[in-house]
Amino acid sequence: MSLGLALVAILIVAGATWWLGYARARRLRIAGRLHSLPVYHGTYAALWAAIPALLLIAAWAPVQSRMVDQAVLSSPEGRTLPAFAMSRDSILSEAREIAHGEREHGFNAESTALAPRIRAAETRYAMIGGAVALAIALAGAGLALRRSAPQFRARRGVERWLMAVLLSASLIAILTTLGILLSLMFESLRFFELVPPGKFIFGTEWSPQMAIRADQAGSSGAFGSVPLFWGTFFIGAIIAMIVAVPLGLMSAIYLTQYAHPRVRAWLKPILEILAGVPTVVYGYFAALTVAPAVRDFGIAIGVSSASSESALAAGLVMGIMIIPFISSMADDSIAAVPQAMRDGSLAMGATKSETIRKVLLPAALPGVIGGVLLAVSRAIGETMIVVMAAGLAANLTVNPFGSVTTVTTQIVQLLTGDQEFDSAKTLAAFALGLVLFLITLVLNLIALHVVRKYREQYE
Amino acid sequence: MKKRLRSRYAAERRFRLLGLSAVGVSVLFLAFLLFTMAAKGLGGFTRYEAALPIDFAKTDLFLDPATLRGPDAEQAVGGADIEGAIARSATDSYGPAAKEMFGDAAVRSLTRAIVRNPDMVSGTATVWLPLASNLDVAAKHGGDAKGEQLVSRLRAKQALRSRFNLDFLSASDATDPSAVGVWGALKGSFLTIMVTMLLAFPVGVFAAVYLEEFAPRNRWTDAIEVSINNLAAVPSIIFGLLGLAVFLNVMHLPRSAPLVGGLTLALMTMPVIVIAGRNAIKSVPPSIRDAALGVGASKMQVTFHHVLPLALPGILTGTIIGMARALGETAPLLMIGMRAFIAAPPNGVTAPATVLPVQIFLWSDEVDRGFVEKTSAAIIVLLLFMLLMNGLAIYLRNRFERRW
Repeated sequence: MSLGLALVAILIVAGATWWLGYARARRLRIAGRLHSLPVYHGTYAALWAAIPALLLIAAWAPVQSRMVDQAVLSSPEGRTLPAFAMSRDSILSEAREIAHGEREHGFNAESTALAPRIRAAETRYAMIGGAVALAIALAGAGLALRRSAPQFRARRGVERWLMAVLLSASLIAILTTLGILLSLMFESLRFFELVPPGKFIFGTEWSPQMAIRADQAGSSGAFGSVPLFWGTFFIGAIIAMIVAVPLGLMSAIYLTQYAHPRVRAWLKPILEILAGVPTVVYGYFAALTVAPAVRDFGIAIGVSSASSESALAAGLVMGIMIIPFISSMADDSIAAVPQAMRDGSLAMGATKSETIRKVLLPAALPGVIGGVLLAVSRAIGETMIVVMAAGLAANLTVNPFGSVTTVTTQIVQLLTGDQEFDSAKTLAAFALGLVLFLITLVLNLIALHVVRKYREQYE
Repeated sequence: MKKRLRSRYAAERRFRLLGLSAVGVSVLFLAFLLFTMAAKGLGGFTRYEAALPIDFAKTDLFLDPATLRGPDAEQAVGGADIEGAIARSATDSYGPAAKEMFGDAAVRSLTRAIVRNPDMVSGTATVWLPLASNLDVAAKHGGDAKGEQLVSRLRAKQALRSRFNLDFLSASDATDPSAVGVWGALKGSFLTIMVTMLLAFPVGVFAAVYLEEFAPRNRWTDAIEVSINNLAAVPSIIFGLLGLAVFLNVMHLPRSAPLVGGLTLALMTMPVIVIAGRNAIKSVPPSIRDAALGVGASKMQVTFHHVLPLALPGILTGTIIGMARALGETAPLLMIGMRAFIAAPPNGVTAPATVLPVQIFLWSDEVDRGFVEKTSAAIIVLLLFMLLMNGLAIYLRNRFERRW
């Protein structure tokens, strides 16, 4: 018996319980007036049959796999296995695959011998877990069915279960945030044990090469993150915003103030397509078409050091990607400006553009700034464009034709090689991720605060 | 006075033109992007095939038509030296320069042809086989001198034709660009999105219902709202780091599996669904709730029997848009190891797989020239799917969404 079988059995028990509860309540209805509909009686009993038992199985599954491993390792065949954890684990996982019939025979001879042991241990523990879960299901069903009576408030019971589900669904958001913070912090702390935080935050040299041997020349890698954050800031907050803010703002102004409604109905979705194009497509476009063009342009105007992985190419494409984002934020904040202000300005004889420049924009400025901050936070977290179009060399340069690297590029670089998980190199990715997360968090919170406060002002 | 007015009107016109040109630049860029991808990628859907006369008696295939009629035909042909037979026939017909005229795709085509028609191996036959990648590029855009020479010789003999490359849609990743296809990646994407959908949709809808209909105003609710709004703006790569640390290193789920990718993307998509769901629920007028409460429904019944069905079109629209975003996402999946070379389509959610955007990224890194048009062709496939999903969302919105 496997846990899957127990799962099916529990569901069958729950189904039968539902029907029993339903039928019982219908019989009761003939006798007198029910508090709840028969459906609720059935559902109430079925929920008590299913949920505790399912929770038990969910909790049992990881326990079981650990106990199976232990049982197998203490068996006569298991004791002969190498003590080295990595080779032992690979043999074990092979044996597991053989036991489940996913492969015929293993690469290691030992695994074939282990397979029957694993199968036996799994059957034993699944039997225990499955039997207990089934007993709980039957007990829950019995207790719940006994409670059914005309005055029993089955609906309230069902609704309480439902409420618990709703609440736990919304708690997942908090759990995710906590999970991000904790996992990033945990790995970052391990990184800061190897590299002092001061050197990481203020260091200006980045070359994350850890030596294989301790006595090798240049054995300590440099983990100064300043050039990475400069590169991120340079591409995402300067070049991309120089492109996106004027274009996005002017597009929003044109679409909301000047364009005919029918033109607007066509142009706005087209602009939104820009936001829907996957970033990997932008990245490929930037690397294949924009970057060579930018390099040729740089050489043509006399920048001899123009790189084919220039900051300008990545920033330009990123800026284009951000346009619809800024445009829709600006759109919202311009629309939130009270009509009276607009009418007042026009009544004084100002032209439309004067009204927009001198009245609407200043009034909408907090909202626009909030939108730009959100856009910056999105741009510095953007990964694929910079991975494909920006460089890998960590330079502190203000030359837009030069090559800079970014935080996200380095995270991808650090985590996609073949190295052990515990090296400073991979842990550095988590430290970078933590700082990136905190920066975007602060930017988002400020932006949301600004936008909300400004909305309240006009409401 | 008149002069001043004139200059003010000129400024007005300039401003308006500036706005129009801003929109124009964006639209032009989009058109340029789509045009570039189409121009580069449409060639990826076709391939050049060359006629190859094969005298099976001269090859060392030693295949017997009788054994090829059984169910193991594919295995039997696979065991024979198809590649050598092709190379030999090619040199016989087109000279020694044609030794490497055909690649892996041709081996696959010939194998399939023999399985379909076993009698072929007892005589001579002329088969159309896809060219090797470098010759395919040479035939389409021109390549090195040797390749072009061979191509023009084939053209002169009328032994060259261009056909729709069905293999591109039905094959998986390969090392030879002439043999690659997107099917494996598409299947991986599909499985991943299914996992994402199954997890993110119920959780997102339940969370939206709770926050909009039941949540008391207190600190906990504020914390939930702030974390949802913030999660919607957290960079996607951070979710990848979370997936790597929690799902792979703590829970030991299999690397590069659609299950892990789907879980990671579900965490990323959930806030989007919650926000869309809340807006949709908010737009259901209170009179509906009041009427249902008035005839004796409980709060839960009001929500699930009346409010939620009315809000569903809006929720679905938001969900589809969120799913489209998840479908195009690359960075978090790189973090959880979905960048391995995987030549077989995945059989389940725990089998190693890759997804379409990651496949595009991997191909874009290849140096072989044959991969350029394959990458762009894969991008066209991806964009078509995005267009389909967004079109569905717009249709749902226009068809079912009610303005109260």
